[in-house]
Amino acid sequence: MSLEFCDLEVFYETLATALDAVPDAKREVFLCKLSLLMARELGDLSVAQQLIATAQSHLDET
Amino acid sequence: MRPAGKSDLDSLYFNYPIFAAPSREQVLANSQCKVAIVGAGPIGMFAALNLARFGVPSLLFDNKETFNDGSRAICVQRGSYQALQRAGAVKPFLDKALGWTTGRTFYKGQQILEFQMPHADNEKYLPMYNIQQQYIEQYLWDAVSATDLIETRWCSEVNGVVDTKDGVSLSVSDANGSYSCTAQWVLAADGARSSVRTQRGLRLKGSNFPGRYVIADVQMDHDYPTIRRALFDSESNPDKTILIHRQPDNIWRIDYQLPDGQSEEQAICEDSIRENVARILNDIDFDGAWELEWWSIYSANTLALDDYRDGRVIFVGDSAHIVPIFGVRGLNNGLADAENVSWKLARVLTGLSGESLLNSYSTERRGATLDVFANATKSARFMTPPTKGWTLMRDAALSLSLDHDWAGAFANPRQMEPYTYSSDGAVLSAAASLTLVKPGAFLPNEKLADDIYLSDVLGNGFTLLVLDDIDPLELAGANALLLKIDPQFELITNNLIRKRFGAAALCRVHDRLGIKQGTALMVRPDGYLAGAWKASEVDGIVGWMNATFSNTGGQ
Repeated sequence: MSLEFCDLEVFYETLATALDAVPDAKREVFLCKLSLLMARELGDLSVAQQLIATAQSHLDET
Repeated sequence: MRPAGKSDLDSLYFNYPIFAAPSREQVLANSQCKVAIVGAGPIGMFAALNLARFGVPSLLFDNKETFNDGSRAICVQRGSYQALQRAGAVKPFLDKALGWTTGRTFYKGQQILEFQMPHADNEKYLPMYNIQQQYIEQYLWDAVSATDLIETRWCSEVNGVVDTKDGVSLSVSDANGSYSCTAQWVLAADGARSSVRTQRGLRLKGSNFPGRYVIADVQMDHDYPTIRRALFDSESNPDKTILIHRQPDNIWRIDYQLPDGQSEEQAICEDSIRENVARILNDIDFDGAWELEWWSIYSANTLALDDYRDGRVIFVGDSAHIVPIFGVRGLNNGLADAENVSWKLARVLTGLSGESLLNSYSTERRGATLDVFANATKSARFMTPPTKGWTLMRDAALSLSLDHDWAGAFANPRQMEPYTYSSDGAVLSAAASLTLVKPGAFLPNEKLADDIYLSDVLGNGFTLLVLDDIDPLELAGANALLLKIDPQFELITNNLIRKRFGAAALCRVHDRLGIKQGTALMVRPDGYLAGAWKASEVDGIVGWMNATFSNTGGQ
């Protein structure tokens, strides 16, 4: 059950704002915390692991 | 290391005995032995005691003149206490050690986890006891000295271990010169830097972890229960970890990860130790007087031999494997090694079993080590993250744990229950589900009466628990055959438990072991379950025991 695009856009904006609000040195750990929280809510290990792999692709093109 | 002005053995609380090399007459009078044990540390002494338990004499060599000063295990697990009991040596440990069940983990000064190790009335011993290694060695030495079956040679360096046609020839040197003696078997219990291992051309394989820890013992009148404390990212050691353990005699163990920017050389000088310890004590609100007893430095390793047996030379304890301290498995695993190899070697030496039984020592105990590696690796990565990625995830978990109990679980030190052996020669492969206990697992304990537990009534050798109301006459034949396979064999039936301890006690045993209708359990001399059968299948039990353990069986 994916998020509707309009909700996803709200999440995108909230996260962008939060990333700017977090000090530079804490940005990575903030994202790790968020990932742990989201994985726990997701409740599906194989999907969570698949998402890690998906996020790893095309990083050199960003 | 000890404070300036103190000699190596000048302890605040422990008097090291000083031993001399044996006389020329003594070493020449006895130049052949069944088992030579190299290393009279806790593992070597415990192996000797276990061989003596089965009537096998041994010759114990150590190149030092006293107990270990450099190795400082403190945590002894329940399973080790049961093993100490089987070797007849547990009493002084119970009198001296501090038992505990609880651990607390703190992050930035806030408690994020309190864990309880499993404990209930059906257990005879607490899950863990803290006691200094010097006392461990002292008490084992007292037991070793009390038996005529063990001859100990202190100040004796074994500098050659060469195979002969039917044994091993050892070259030994001491203050009186050099001599050689022969042994049918050698147990190498000479520690992490085993010289026997080097002489045999063998190498430990595995990995090292990057974090360096200082380990310091201080004496202080500190009012805190025997609870293991782990401090992450505290004021006194930002971004790093600290472990604090209480020991007998007002001695406290403080392990701390080296602060950033302190090199090993700086960190181990006395001034740095005092400065760092003072900061940590301040952090835990201790403002009284304290004295520095001893300190050292270490890093975590997971290293093991590919095979713990090299012909007639068998490696036990740290000579075979080095595990990180997180999870307290160094000494405890070594003691389990010593008992495992000893009952098997005793069977081989008394002609009861064929030599191939010894192969199961390496498989079983190396399996236990690899299991420790898996768990200890998780703990070590949390305590001292090796890379940026592991550090980020550790910090994320700790940060979440301030508000979320589930995240505190990442900080659990994973002190494990005894390892379950697989079927590899000394355990029956996957038996039907006649019990909740898997063959290869350590037999759970149960209280039978005041101060008497199931573990207390097991025999010295194999014990068959026939948990069924079977006609004793039906068992007579099997009993006689099993006594041939193991002269120390003991049979315990429903009837016996009911008669001695009552029906309620029998019921508790059945519940605890998850016994289905009519089950027979064969328990090994080391307390592990060898196999489970239907109680009516006595022929099957005898057949398997014969094939697995008898010299004339499945060899």
